[in-house]
Amino acid sequence: MIQRIRTIAFHTFKESVREKVLYNLIVFALLLIGSAVLFASISLGIERLLLVNLGLSSIAIFGLLMAIFIGIGLVSKEIDRRTIHNILSKPVRRFEFIIGKYLGLLLTLVVNTAIMAGGFYTALYYVERHLGHEDLLLLDAIYFILLQFAIVVGLALLFSCISTPILSAFFTFCLYVVGNFLGDIRWLGHESGSAIFEKVTALLYYLLPNFSDFQVISQAAHGKAVPSYLLTSGSFYALLYVTVLISASILIFEEREF
Amino acid sequence: MLAIETIELTKDYRVGFWRKRPQRALERLSLEVEVGEVFGLLGPNGAGKTTTLKILLGLAFPTAGAARVFERDPRDVSAHQNIGYLPENPSFYDHLTAQEFMTYAASIFGLSDRARSRQVGLLLERVGLTDSRNHPLRKFSKGMIQRLGIAQALINDPDLIFLDEPMSGLDPVGRREVRNLILQLKEKGKTIFFSTHILSDAETLCDRVAILDHGKLQGCGELREILEVGLSSTEIVLEKPNRDVIVALEPFASSIVRTGNRVLLTLGVESDLTEVLAEVVRSKAKLISLNPVRMSLEDYFMERVGDNDAPPPGKAAAGMEPGKGE
Repeated sequence: MIQRIRTIAFHTFKESVREKVLYNLIVFALLLIGSAVLFASISLGIERLLLVNLGLSSIAIFGLLMAIFIGIGLVSKEIDRRTIHNILSKPVRRFEFIIGKYLGLLLTLVVNTAIMAGGFYTALYYVERHLGHEDLLLLDAIYFILLQFAIVVGLALLFSCISTPILSAFFTFCLYVVGNFLGDIRWLGHESGSAIFEKVTALLYYLLPNFSDFQVISQAAHGKAVPSYLLTSGSFYALLYVTVLISASILIFEEREF
Repeated sequence: MLAIETIELTKDYRVGFWRKRPQRALERLSLEVEVGEVFGLLGPNGAGKTTTLKILLGLAFPTAGAARVFERDPRDVSAHQNIGYLPENPSFYDHLTAQEFMTYAASIFGLSDRARSRQVGLLLERVGLTDSRNHPLRKFSKGMIQRLGIAQALINDPDLIFLDEPMSGLDPVGRREVRNLILQLKEKGKTIFFSTHILSDAETLCDRVAILDHGKLQGCGELREILEVGLSSTEIVLEKPNRDVIVALEPFASSIVRTGNRVLLTLGVESDLTEVLAEVVRSKAKLISLNPVRMSLEDYFMERVGDNDAPPPGKAAAGMEPGKGE
């Protein structure tokens, strides 16, 4: 089982790294990080703040685009091209296929995030001429960005099992945006005075992926360490949510006919 | 032990956008395929051939009835360890080379590095793709993809091979190579279940055939019986026959065709051949040839599915009752 999942994961990784869109996004991300150096050089006193904010935001945005654009085609492309017939006629269990696909794209994102992070730290070194302890704290922010990617890939995979690529991209992006404002939405429900609205917003808060707790870029930019309890709870939340998303994908995929 | 068994296999697809209604793709299909047989599933487009294959591979699920592959449910993927499958109009990963794709297929079966490398090289050579092994699949022609599809179907040295339209997209040379390959596999004792609408291929390769039309089994039997028992007519060619002999033979012939100084007379099976020949001898016409025309698979096929509104004819070759698998 592990060997088949690993084979599918590495195949997905290979497929992803040969996507031209991936290289375009990486180049754009590195250009943006590079341009942050330029902006920093004309921003007296807040060079580091600007560079960190712009650099980490670039990693988050371009990684998100990669997760969505590649993730939505993970399953649907296999179905459209009928390559799925070939794979599932071999001794591959459907859950192995789904888990392999997920891990393959996650691996792609980890590698690409590492490349973008490398570019970011190079830019940071260029501006500061050294890398200190507070710069290493930025790795926590990058880790939180990766946790978000893990959930986004899970969402894209789930939608890829049930919908077309365009709709999958739309739904995944919408959930990402809504997930960033879940704290505000819940507060709105609480303040509205309507018991029903409050219950609905509370339900959404617990049901939808909550990305608002993963926003630590600004904190990191100001040199503040991410509290360890947040690292633990964030990791646990992402793991739980991803498990639910993959389980739902498997349940749907098990009943699909090709 | 049976390689394949379907029992009253029925499949409905739900069609329509708003109000989905069931559309029957297969109806109570019962078939048995013995180990070591080359079995052809014939039928026009939309007959249910691919649906049958998909159910046998666990890609689609039956609405009613059951399917067994080596006595296991097709959804049990452990049965797939011993199966090879060539899909109809196969499509593989454009970004991979032939070598990479074959290696991927071999890895799924858990072949060791050494076995994988040997098997991949051997199969690529067998289908004539050794020189193209490092080319990306997006640059492959349809025929090359078909050859690669056949190679990957054999990567695990399976005992049962499903081939969905294996000759599709191949040139005459490629078709002959695939035919030889299938015969070699048969010699090794492999079971081959293939769907096709190219009847000449089935006629060359199959031990038994089943004919499907509109999801229903129209006939199933040994090809030998179909071809040997089904004497359909006798053809006689005469050279420079006089007018009187033609007039005399006219009542026996279902058609008379003149070509130059030769006349081709097609006699029905019910014609008295002795009487016809006596007439030819009497008239002193020169007899060039006399050929009993046996029923071809095409004739049998057309008889079964050619006119869907007409009931199946009473005259049938032995062992081929409609709806009966054996």
